[in-house]
Amino acid sequence: MRNTFIVAHRELGGYFATPVAAVFIVIFLALQGALTFNLGNFFDRNQADLAPFFNFIPWVFLLLVPAITMRLWAEERRLGTIELLLTLPITQGQAVVGKFLAAWGFCAIALALTFPFVLTVNYLGAPDNGVIASGYLGALLVAGAFLSVGSALSAATKNQVIAFVLALAVCFVFAVASYPVVTEFLSRNTPVLAELARRVSVAERFASFTRGVIALRDLVYFASFIGFWLFLNTVIIEHRKAD
Amino acid sequence: MAALIEIEGLTKRFGAFVAVDNISFNVERGEVLGFLGPNGAGKSTTMRMLAGFMTPSSGTARICGHDVRTRSLAARKSLGFLPEGAPTYPEMTVLAFLQFCGRIRGFSGAELGRRVDRAVAMTTLAGVRLQPVETLSKGFKRRVGLAQALLHDPEVLILDEPTDGLDPNQKHEVRKLIAEMRAEKAIVISTHILEEVDAVCTRAIIIANGRIVADATPSELQLRAASGKLDDVFRDLTLPKAA
Repeated sequence: MRNTFIVAHRELGGYFATPVAAVFIVIFLALQGALTFNLGNFFDRNQADLAPFFNFIPWVFLLLVPAITMRLWAEERRLGTIELLLTLPITQGQAVVGKFLAAWGFCAIALALTFPFVLTVNYLGAPDNGVIASGYLGALLVAGAFLSVGSALSAATKNQVIAFVLALAVCFVFAVASYPVVTEFLSRNTPVLAELARRVSVAERFASFTRGVIALRDLVYFASFIGFWLFLNTVIIEHRKAD
Repeated sequence: MAALIEIEGLTKRFGAFVAVDNISFNVERGEVLGFLGPNGAGKSTTMRMLAGFMTPSSGTARICGHDVRTRSLAARKSLGFLPEGAPTYPEMTVLAFLQFCGRIRGFSGAELGRRVDRAVAMTTLAGVRLQPVETLSKGFKRRVGLAQALLHDPEVLILDEPTDGLDPNQKHEVRKLIAEMRAEKAIVISTHILEEVDAVCTRAIIIANGRIVADATPSELQLRAASGKLDDVFRDLTLPKAA
């Protein structure tokens, strides 16, 4: 546990020691702002809630989270520091979870910096802040899910571009799995998969958080989703660390 | 008492290619073993297996009695390892980097400060403690890697090309340091510089194509060539015999 936090602390410090943190946070906030206010018709809707904000957040994460995770392991491989890190007396699991927690903590910081949206909507009306809090929790879990995918895929390559594209593609699949385009196509051809697609979809789970519903089965879903990918990450590191 | 490093039938295969072929030897306390061989002979692969970064295909090694296959964590705790090229996190300062390694090694508070100060003093890094590693010259980077390996005062030191890229004065310093530490440790260094073997090693092993071709003291090795030069012995042993 202690080692996990030491790794996470170092990793998180790394984001802020380089322009990565500043660039990511600025782009995230600008993109999220533009989408919410312009495409989302935040003001014209005349409703005191953050629905437009939360509608766009999985898509913004889809684009930006792979940009964080692509360097997570690929960079260690390229610099050779993976050899240093994994010959220190820590287990691979501690290293994997530590790096993941750092990236997740970083996303949480970026997410927390969207607080002006909450202030704005509270100034303009009387929103249900419980629903907003539940939406934020959902957003954080979506970020965690995408991060775990990106982290595992980053471990499989030393090329950051490949890590980025793979993570984007896989996260996209999980994001759109419940969309009618996909489910209708699947139910026409393989009905079994259509039901499965709906169940593994990140977007569908997130939607219930934005309605203010925090269901145990959704929490279990995100926990097992993240757990699965981090386990895969550890296995990939174990088998390919020296490649 | 058993030797600090015991290697038994250590073998590493990459597909059909045998990088390290059934190597066995022991290193006792007080020995400085020079590990020589042409590029690609299997030096780094052997050292990586000792440090727990690569898993042997067969055979094993014990560091202070801890098997690297079954008690990897305990083996890594008793070992200081300088990976090839001395990789370090470029954005961290020397001090932050050493503190990170020290924390992972289980030190904290005043003890951590003392350990870091000691390692900094031994490798004469005091002047650059607060500089990011990426701004340092090659020689300094190498010493940062060395300082990291010395933090916990391990009984076993595995140094992959510790003097590569250092100027003659720095080389002299590192050799002096190794000679000073010799009495209470078992040290393995790999090198291309044959004069170094003469200067610091009590014993030399030459490997070629993954096999040990010579294991003797430097002065014994010199006697094997008519010229009495290590260079000639090295060429004799590692070049394919002209038929």
